[in-house]
Amino acid sequence: MQYGFYINSAKCTGCKTCQVSCKDEKDTNIGTKFRRVYEYGGGNWQQTSGLWQNNTFVYYLSIACNHCEEPTCVHGCPTGAMHKRKEDGLVVVDQDTCVGCRYCEMRCPYGAPQFDQQKRVMSKCDGCYERVSEGLKPVCVGSCPQHALEFDDITILREKYGNERDIAPLPQSSLTKPNIVINTHAHAKRSGDTIGCILNPEEV
Amino acid sequence: MDNTNKPKNFSRRNFLQKSLLVGGAAALMNKFSLPLAYGQTESTSITPFAGENQEAISYSACLVNCGSRCPLKVHVKNDIITKISSEDGINDPVFGQHQIRPCLRGRSVRWRTYNPERLKYPMLRIGKRGEGKFKRISWDEATDILAGKLRHTIDTYGNEAIFYQYGSGTIGSNLSGRNMSKRLLNTLGGFLDYHGTYSDAQIMTIQPYLFGPTDNNYGTQLQTLFDQIKHSDLVVMFGQNIAETRMSGGGQVTELYHALAESNAKVIIIDPRCNDSVVAYNADWIPIRPGTDAALVAAIGYTLIEANLINEEMLAKYCVGWDAKSLPDDAPDHSDYKSYILGLGEDKVAKTPEWAEQLTGISAQKIRELALEIVNAKAAWISQGWGVQRTQTGEHAARAIMALPIMTGHFGRQGTNIGTWGGSVTYPVAGMPMLQNPVKVTIPVFMWTKAIEDGENLTAKNAFIKGKDKLDVGIKFLWNYASNVIGNQHADLNKTHQILADESKCEFILVWDTHMTASAKYADLLLPDVSGVETSDLINNSYQSGAYNYLIRMQPAIKPLWENRVTYDVLCDVAEKLKVKEVFTEGRSYADWIELCYERTRAANPNLPTFAQTDGKGVIDRNLADSDKHIALKGFRDDPIGQPLNTPSGKIELYSQTLANIANEWQLDEKDKLYPIPAYLPAIEGVEDHEGLEKYPLQLTGYHTKGHCHSSYANLPQLKEASTDAVWINPIDADKRQIKHGQLVEIYNDRGRMYLPAKVTPRIIPGVLAIPQGAWAKTNKDGVDIGGCINRLTSQRPTVLAKGNPQHTNLVDVKLLSL
Repeated sequence: MQYGFYINSAKCTGCKTCQVSCKDEKDTNIGTKFRRVYEYGGGNWQQTSGLWQNNTFVYYLSIACNHCEEPTCVHGCPTGAMHKRKEDGLVVVDQDTCVGCRYCEMRCPYGAPQFDQQKRVMSKCDGCYERVSEGLKPVCVGSCPQHALEFDDITILREKYGNERDIAPLPQSSLTKPNIVINTHAHAKRSGDTIGCILNPEEV
Repeated sequence: MDNTNKPKNFSRRNFLQKSLLVGGAAALMNKFSLPLAYGQTESTSITPFAGENQEAISYSACLVNCGSRCPLKVHVKNDIITKISSEDGINDPVFGQHQIRPCLRGRSVRWRTYNPERLKYPMLRIGKRGEGKFKRISWDEATDILAGKLRHTIDTYGNEAIFYQYGSGTIGSNLSGRNMSKRLLNTLGGFLDYHGTYSDAQIMTIQPYLFGPTDNNYGTQLQTLFDQIKHSDLVVMFGQNIAETRMSGGGQVTELYHALAESNAKVIIIDPRCNDSVVAYNADWIPIRPGTDAALVAAIGYTLIEANLINEEMLAKYCVGWDAKSLPDDAPDHSDYKSYILGLGEDKVAKTPEWAEQLTGISAQKIRELALEIVNAKAAWISQGWGVQRTQTGEHAARAIMALPIMTGHFGRQGTNIGTWGGSVTYPVAGMPMLQNPVKVTIPVFMWTKAIEDGENLTAKNAFIKGKDKLDVGIKFLWNYASNVIGNQHADLNKTHQILADESKCEFILVWDTHMTASAKYADLLLPDVSGVETSDLINNSYQSGAYNYLIRMQPAIKPLWENRVTYDVLCDVAEKLKVKEVFTEGRSYADWIELCYERTRAANPNLPTFAQTDGKGVIDRNLADSDKHIALKGFRDDPIGQPLNTPSGKIELYSQTLANIANEWQLDEKDKLYPIPAYLPAIEGVEDHEGLEKYPLQLTGYHTKGHCHSSYANLPQLKEASTDAVWINPIDADKRQIKHGQLVEIYNDRGRMYLPAKVTPRIIPGVLAIPQGAWAKTNKDGVDIGGCINRLTSQRPTVLAKGNPQHTNLVDVKLLSL
């Protein structure tokens, strides 16, 4: 059994309700963001005969932990605190075992493990496994005003939505095999794109 | 209150306590099962004291002025809010059966409730006005002072000297302090009221000249519901940004998604910013220079006339003033809209796409394409946000956009609108009766600073006061409830400060709010209000949530914090001291009023459950309007003779004789012009203000951000980190000034200076800066705004007709901050 997220980037308005509802539920400190909404875009402006022309593009991608098939954070954890749960495939950190070395944070290409400055240990999106075990959805999924996020058995999500996950600014999925499926925005660029950049670095 | 940051679920101490209670040391041995073991203890709920730590649920609502309304499910333990979630109940993937999910702001109510800037007890000013120095007083002293100042003002200056300040910190047809305050003032002989709003004064003033008046504030009866876009093949929005300004999951952003899913209509958004609606709806973005929308419309008209694509017969049937044939008798030759477009009017300038190109920044070719796309659409939806009209010549710009669907025939039919925002249906809820106000005069909402400075010289013809020819007395008493206008949302804050600092003019300022806002610092008497989660109310879906309309019962989730009291109870004390308690209360408590208003609502809708049955339910009733019954001008389009408009001619007035008369009779400010047609007018501090641009080369516009609703929620760090307040600047302008993304910059003009981080982004047209409005003003010792409030730079010069706020028309420059 492996859970995953479906991210409908074509429908995401970038409102960040997912991020904020998670903060409320998990009571995280300022600076800790289990879910982050990337504003990815670019384009140039050029003046021709006095007029500005542009090829601007932009889209949003709401990313938390992708509960990867091959979680590099787990593989690199020296204490075993970072672990992938057998029963649901969710990647969770045991804060009583974690020594706060931040190795997982360095390894994860998605920025999912977040250092808790107060407790001096790692924290991260745990897929709201407690809620999920009660038959509920993760808080972010249930909070999205436009229903642009889903959470389910990843095989069900892939049957419904395909298997796209190589979208910039995310890295190639072959690295860690993330359990996510993305419905791409019309302007989406492939992973590794160099035309655009993250337009809201301070917010993610 | 330090509970806000108290770890709720995963604190080690809590964890140890609970683990020991349930599984003892064994639970601590197996490190990998620890989180699960914790989860199990949660449901077992074994606690030292029975009754403690039990979760209680109440329903509240987000009461801010976003135009939508979200029910909030409030989770409480030990009288402390632990989290906010969405309503329970229906949640089907069908429009109208969907869950009303609050946006990030509604989800932040726990932090807002316990924010350190909450007001905690009544306070009296001890420093200079505006300095923010207060001493704590008792409620008895506070109500004594308030009663005494009211008596003094009425006896000395008359009731007209008491101004009830505009404010929308809590909004809706509810029983909150707003209506109650007015009710108390009315029992005392009344007060000076305002007309219009800071949101839409210009468009609401001009719209009746074109289509005739409607009998509700936002003219929503006349507008088409967004749901009709299911019948459109093209959607054209001017400066409209539903995805940011109407974010509620119950609101128009959702309605538009559903409608577009059905029609797959192409969306075009014309805006200086590539706003988030462009992203969300995969729209074509046409960048435009602020204040030039009317020029774009005129050039579209020129294109269509040139290509012989105007249905002249249709316009003759429905309009006055399109061409010479339908001009009123009194109108001068060539004063019709077509003559204006063709350059036969007063200015002798043909409004060709090449002419408009220079003003708008949109290429003539693009303008022609747009014109053809609109006229060739089967059903084009044309609408505008309220940013367009919040400009120096906003009435004309708004009116031009309203003329576009008329010129192209896209009105009165399925899938069309009339160039206005788009409609909404409001659930009718009985509210606290305000009683009659014996003072009949009202002032434009934006003119209160003038009415303090120079009240006796404000007239109907120079300041658009209504109900009387002139004011008898300036404002001496400012009643500011749930309003951050005086120190934040009004324009030119430095000038406003000077006016308010003079205690001989406005003698007394009451501020009654939940937070120590920038405006609260101007109070003489400062009263702490309860917040939505600490009180009861009945509330509807607000004024612009669209077709989905509903009724919410709000019940207190927690006891009022600190010394905060329900507004009504405080007003009862004041009423008693002024010997009007019986008239004010009619013998009812606040709870009695809520039940009475519910019963009045139920009398009009007998299908509603009894009041007792609504206990703990949150959303009591919900409806989805049939949008086929809400198509603007449909009756008129179908039968222009049998169902004439409420204009003097009974037709759409592209030329308004009434406006022509006003232009002749009013005393307009120097450089102000008022046209009877939707002409483009150059703005002071606009693209044609060459002198101004030489000194300050950048146009500055404001916009509505997701991180706060106006200034509500703007002080929460959790929202600031999600949605940063920054000044948008194009890389071309940034490079010229060696500004890099994230750096702190100074934005300035003759009115003031402010600091903000730069958001260097291709999402804004070169030559324009954009700052999210609503950040709380805060000045440093040099008088620089370090809070990021755009109104440090905006102008107080009112617009020509509505005397409304032109807050998106400002010339500035920006430089890298060197501290």
